[in-house]
Amino acid sequence: MKLVTKNLTFKPEDEYYLNDVSLEFEAGRLYTILGRTLSGKTSFLKTIAGLQPVDEGEITLGEKDFRSIPVWERNVAMVYQQFINYPHLNVYENIAFPLKQRKMSAADIKQEVAVAISQVGLEGFEARKIQELSGGQQQRVALARSLAKKAKILLLDEPLVNLDYKLREDLRDVFKNLFDSDLSTESILIYASTDPQEAMQLNGDIVVIDEGRVLQTGPAKEVFENPANIKVAEITNDPAMNILPGIIDDKEIIFNEDFKLNLPSHLSHLDSGKYFFGVRATDLKLDNSGFNFTVDISEISGSETFLHMHQDELKVVLMIEEVRNFNLDDQVKISMDMNRLYVFDANGDLIFSPYRGN
Amino acid sequence: MKTLYTTLKYSAVTLWSMFVIAPFLWAISTSFKDFNSVTSGVSYIPWLQFEPSFEGWKVLTKPASEGGINIVEPYFNSIFVTLISSLISIILGTLAAYALSRFTFKAGFVKNSDITFFFISQRIMPPIVLSIPFFLMLGYLSLLDTLMGLVMVYIVLLMPIAVWIMVDFFNKVPREIDETALIDGCNPYQAFYKVVLPNSIPGLIVAGMFCIIFGWIDFFFAFILTFTEVQLLPVAIVALNSSITPWWSLSAAALVSVAPLIVVAFIVERYLSKGNLSGAIK
Repeated sequence: MKLVTKNLTFKPEDEYYLNDVSLEFEAGRLYTILGRTLSGKTSFLKTIAGLQPVDEGEITLGEKDFRSIPVWERNVAMVYQQFINYPHLNVYENIAFPLKQRKMSAADIKQEVAVAISQVGLEGFEARKIQELSGGQQQRVALARSLAKKAKILLLDEPLVNLDYKLREDLRDVFKNLFDSDLSTESILIYASTDPQEAMQLNGDIVVIDEGRVLQTGPAKEVFENPANIKVAEITNDPAMNILPGIIDDKEIIFNEDFKLNLPSHLSHLDSGKYFFGVRATDLKLDNSGFNFTVDISEISGSETFLHMHQDELKVVLMIEEVRNFNLDDQVKISMDMNRLYVFDANGDLIFSPYRGN
Repeated sequence: MKTLYTTLKYSAVTLWSMFVIAPFLWAISTSFKDFNSVTSGVSYIPWLQFEPSFEGWKVLTKPASEGGINIVEPYFNSIFVTLISSLISIILGTLAAYALSRFTFKAGFVKNSDITFFFISQRIMPPIVLSIPFFLMLGYLSLLDTLMGLVMVYIVLLMPIAVWIMVDFFNKVPREIDETALIDGCNPYQAFYKVVLPNSIPGLIVAGMFCIIFGWIDFFFAFILTFTEVQLLPVAIVALNSSITPWWSLSAAALVSVAPLIVVAFIVERYLSKGNLSGAIK
């Protein structure tokens, strides 16, 4: 069974929520919608669920015209970024709610709820009130309710983003187990995320979306290795891929007067002219024989240090895999790994990737 | 240090309680006095300081033919009018408030917030502005001096309170809860009464309490819209007054008219402490 969207467009005011979105989803696969905040991820999921109208476009599930079916008859499940449960019901009643709504028999409900509870690891919490649970447990309840429904389409809207680090790791394992289990052979799983690392870990198909428009689709590895354009390169990397405008001119790459590099042989086929060069934060190194940059800010995140710096107009972020302190306006020298350089043309489209060549 | 704090805390609470209870004690002791006991100087304790009399209470139940002012009928009239108009106001007001909170209305430049303000603005006007229109309208409908007419007028006065409180309350109930209910197979009506309403009980109780209080204490409309057939409690109590102020029967009437509100306050207090929405969204 296939879920197909055709030319979905929604522009309630001046901005596009969805802009000509045409996608295909197959049962048994995991799709990650990757985009920044307000890029249209939630809009798209809500449109699939039927909670948001569209100006034009079609949605079909198998042979059915999905747009003509009201939300409450669509049999989709959705887990929100906020922990949404029914506060007046306890854990068991929360999970049983959609099943009761379907007029399932009491015995069947009991069995389905028990299965869902064990899938998310909430045994023993059946009689608890929602208010007595931690954020992670509340999100597990929401997930269990979605699983118990055995919906054909499971929509997950940044379900981990409001959890702290440890809980996120735990719950991500729960997701992974679920995605590998039977569930995934019958259902279409759509997972929205802003976090490229999460998208890569889930390792399904990625849909990169920005300003309501689909920029690129493909397996996670392919999108990561060969981002179709600058926007995708920025969205699929955290920190965003450094994009440096420069000129190729007779054996040299010129970023500015003080920052010139010899044109490596594998790029020698490129014509002279303006390009954009992309390099990941991990592919920049502190190097005493490198070029001068001035430190703007250094962030320590776990065991890594992100160093934001500039040279004239050029701004780059460099990642060091250790904790080091820098001060504002420190002078550092950096070099870049030329074999890891991406080249985009003047329009921002990829013309050379270190993984694929041109 | 902790004992000092506790002592101070309880002293303050005790002082405040005395301040609140004193008028009640005063009214209770006055209601058992007669003319002589009231005028013969300060006294508090029956039998010891004055001979208790039940005249103040008896007057309230005696028919006018026997020299009494019967407030039993006005009392039940007031309960009927207040409860029915509060109930209808809460039902209509809650539905209106849910619509104003969840759906977008547009008529020219008029938006949801304008409609909400339109409801509240009914209460901004001084009541006297409304008196002539109400009088004429009830007159045309032959509803002057009837319970039905009073119920209608009170709905107009109370519904804005219900709308106002409930719009605010529904705005705090996350929209995602409604959406989740829809996704879980509820149609919009089921989402409202199976999910949103059960989580709005504190709001409903507050709105109900305000409606009951404002309905119960209204004197102005009860006075101008009734003549001889129907009387409400506040008007009846005023009618108790005569050239020699009957402090004893006024005190007794004041006590019985406050009683229902005290009962309401106790019920409301129990429900309000069970705040039910904290786990809805984090």
